[in-house]
Amino acid sequence: MAKEKPDLVYGTLDMLILKALQHGARHGLAISDRIQQMSQDILRVEQGSLYPALYRLEAQGWIKAEWGVSENNRRARYYELTTAGRKQLVAEKDHWSRITRGINLVLSGG
Amino acid sequence: MLRLRAWFFRLLGLFQKNKRDVEMTEEMQAHVDLLTERNIAAGMLPHEARNAALRQFGGVEQVKEVAREQRVWRWADELFQDIRYGARMLRRTPGFSILAILCLTLGIGTNAAALSWIEGILIRPYPLVAHQDRMVALSGTVRGAERGELSYPDFLDFEKNSTLFESFIVDKITGTTLSAGDRAERSVGGIVSANYFDALGVQPILGRGFRPEEGTGRNAHPVTVISYMTWKNRYKGDPDIIGKTQFMNGVQHTIIGVAPEQFHGTFVGYSFNFWVPTSMQETFDNTGYKLEDRGARWVEGYAFLKPGITRQQGQAELSAIAKRLENDFPETNRGHGIEIFPLWKTPFNAASDMSPTLAITMAVVFFVLLIACANVSNLLLARSLLRRHEMTMRLALGAGRCRLIKQLFTEGFLLSLIASLGGIAVAYWSRNALVLAFPPSVPGITIDYPGQLDWRVLLLSVAICVGSTMLFALMPAIQSSHVNLSGALKSEGAGVVGGSGRSRLRSALVLVQVSLSFVLLAGTGLLLQSLQRMQNASPGFSTNNVIMSVVDLFSAGYKLDRAKIFHTQLLDRVRALPGVESAALARVAPFSYNPPSSAPIEIDSYQPAPDEQPNADYLQVSEDYLSTLGIRLVAGREFTKNDDENSPPVAIINETMAAKYWPGKNPIGQRLKVKDKWMQIVGVAKNVKIETKLEPPRSFFYVPVRQNFFVGNALLIRTRETPGAITNALAREVHALDPTLAPYAADRLQEQVDGRGYTQRLAATLLAIFGGMALFLAAIGLYGVMSYSVSQSTRELGVRMALGATVRDLLRLVLSRGLRLTIAGVVIGLAAALLLTRLMGNLLYKVSPRDPIAFGAALIILIAVALAACFFPARRATRIDPVRALRI
Repeated sequence: MAKEKPDLVYGTLDMLILKALQHGARHGLAISDRIQQMSQDILRVEQGSLYPALYRLEAQGWIKAEWGVSENNRRARYYELTTAGRKQLVAEKDHWSRITRGINLVLSGG
Repeated sequence: MLRLRAWFFRLLGLFQKNKRDVEMTEEMQAHVDLLTERNIAAGMLPHEARNAALRQFGGVEQVKEVAREQRVWRWADELFQDIRYGARMLRRTPGFSILAILCLTLGIGTNAAALSWIEGILIRPYPLVAHQDRMVALSGTVRGAERGELSYPDFLDFEKNSTLFESFIVDKITGTTLSAGDRAERSVGGIVSANYFDALGVQPILGRGFRPEEGTGRNAHPVTVISYMTWKNRYKGDPDIIGKTQFMNGVQHTIIGVAPEQFHGTFVGYSFNFWVPTSMQETFDNTGYKLEDRGARWVEGYAFLKPGITRQQGQAELSAIAKRLENDFPETNRGHGIEIFPLWKTPFNAASDMSPTLAITMAVVFFVLLIACANVSNLLLARSLLRRHEMTMRLALGAGRCRLIKQLFTEGFLLSLIASLGGIAVAYWSRNALVLAFPPSVPGITIDYPGQLDWRVLLLSVAICVGSTMLFALMPAIQSSHVNLSGALKSEGAGVVGGSGRSRLRSALVLVQVSLSFVLLAGTGLLLQSLQRMQNASPGFSTNNVIMSVVDLFSAGYKLDRAKIFHTQLLDRVRALPGVESAALARVAPFSYNPPSSAPIEIDSYQPAPDEQPNADYLQVSEDYLSTLGIRLVAGREFTKNDDENSPPVAIINETMAAKYWPGKNPIGQRLKVKDKWMQIVGVAKNVKIETKLEPPRSFFYVPVRQNFFVGNALLIRTRETPGAITNALAREVHALDPTLAPYAADRLQEQVDGRGYTQRLAATLLAIFGGMALFLAAIGLYGVMSYSVSQSTRELGVRMALGATVRDLLRLVLSRGLRLTIAGVVIGLAAALLLTRLMGNLLYKVSPRDPIAFGAALIILIAVALAACFFPARRATRIDPVRALRI
């Protein structure tokens, strides 16, 4: 299985995390599972990148965290999008699609 | 809003660091647990599952570190950490830390103190005085060259006719004698113009300053403003002092004001005790009434330029006025001009004496600072190599390079911060230490050399230190950021003696230190030698068996006739004292603060050049003066008791005067005209020094005191008794003549003579202190380099030993390297010293600026110190166990 590091595409990890949180609060492992699942196993988030990114996003006020209980009754920290985080996600998605459109145009050109 | 929130969050994070850390660990722990469970569910055994989960997660500590870096207000967080860590490092290597801090403290402290003295004495010497930047000193000139004083009428004309000046003030130093118990005490004061306090912007704290009308009228306004110290000490801080009177120079003076505590007058070198207005000039000047005499030049003073006016413009205007005065009053003013000086060149107080000394001091302390900086840099460099292991290790463990640099930066900063605080303390304690270097003054007179800590000065010294420390503190960081991890983790100690680029840098630092120390040592040697020669040089008269005292009849209000009788009787009584060989009077004692008289002279056979006005200094002395002081007569006779007002005027000239005006002839019997009075020359005396040992021989003559009597006279006694015994005997005799009088404590003439050499002594003292400091610092530097170089070349030395090198071979190897450095430094220092010592020519007495003894001594001392500094590391080198050395 090809394993690609999402953070190789600079700055996209933040966007992926925000996206993974779009439909409700998740804890760290669930976030990385969600990204892996949504990308059909193409992208796998290394924990070494995940947590720093989560703290960064938290410090920026795009997500907030709260201790909760996981599906199998363990204490876990749940992350949730803030309003600012939702706006940021929209902005990053727009930005991303513009960039990829541009890149695709270049690659598909003669 | 968002930004603010984030900021607040980070700030919070900073203080909740531990809590956050715990939380982070917990979260990651939970993550790993979840993974483990998932693995168990997938069919792994529990411990396998956990190991797999840990592998999947990656390095927990690294993740935490990265997360930490991103999480909070990082730099501040790290700063605290670095400071803590830096402090720990400093504590862990106390030897290094103490040495480095000591070096920097000395460097900063001495600089700040010396610069403060300079600032205090030369730039803004007078506390509380406003606009000192626009204040200039006034001096008269004679034919554009010699400087002198101004006459009061001229002074008033300058004041009246100038437009570019805000104000003019007279400030003439004077003194009086106040009785304190049965001893007389000197009190220093100023004859000042009535606008003095207003012009300076100094408000008396009690009473008032002078009113304009108090400046005029011959002896019409006996009023005085006293200093704070006088008020506190003499009058015990009496709150009702205003309106009380003080008997000074025979006149009751009303005390009208008390000056503020910090105000000491406007005379570098003395704190004034009182001030009187110009109207009282005659009362305080024993040479007569001069307020209306254009020919009597006595005024010293200052002027304030208007804002925006340069000294040159002011000078041009005053010179033009002086030209007009020359035309209007050719009799008195021909050839007389005026010159204005910045305060630090003030010709009539100690400022001009001090400035070359202070300039040298400034250069010297700057050298010391440079040496100190080089030293600390060296220490830091040496340590950086020792810490390369640590740095590499930390890089391998995931620390960012930026982070390492920042940490070293913090350590350097911490070091210089502590040192700066220490330096400020040193400067603070020594700000007034300059006074200590001076000879004890006459009792009752405070010498004031203001030293005020100036924040700009401190800032400058601190900046130099912090700058250099930082620069060299960063060296290891810069180097370690190019470190090849695996290579650097291998062992150290594989270098050779004196290899590699970095050791070149360190050698360069040692070169700088050695050469600077050499310059300082050579300079110190020159000054000490010149001081010694000066001490040993004879002023031309005996100083040890001659004791001097003064009975201040002028201050006691004696008039001329009474004074004459008193002095004649006193002289007879003193001569009759047991143990007294001879005694004499002189208007001023040699080497005293008061200059001898000076007058234009006329000589029958001498034709002066068109623009020359022959002039000579002279002294009024009694019979036996020359024999009491041991001044030999070359020809003719000494004065006798019979040379009095009833006999024809006579004079004794010195050899220089005889050679100049009567070349090849016998001057005995010739005539000399002084102030319209013809005198017959009856003797020729050996040249002697009159005011300082440094003065060149000049034309000088003596006249009998009985033909030119003044109220005030010094008493000179040749005796083998001690000054204490003479003082007591003298006090009894004076008391018998006038119970209200007391003499000054008697002193050997030697003290008087020594007192005048203080500039040279001060310079030598300062240089000796700083030179010693520099030597000490340079020795530390050399020691550091050598011991480091030895520790770096352990393997090489081990190989050499294994191959059969003897202890002597190794010693020679290490010592020769140290000596090579030293000699190279000495050569550079020699070149610099030859250039620099020329600048101190005017402080040297009979010593060439290239004196081989001083230079040789500097060389020997430096080499000896260098050898000592190299010896210990060298000896350590010989104790290396070759087997262990090779295994490293």
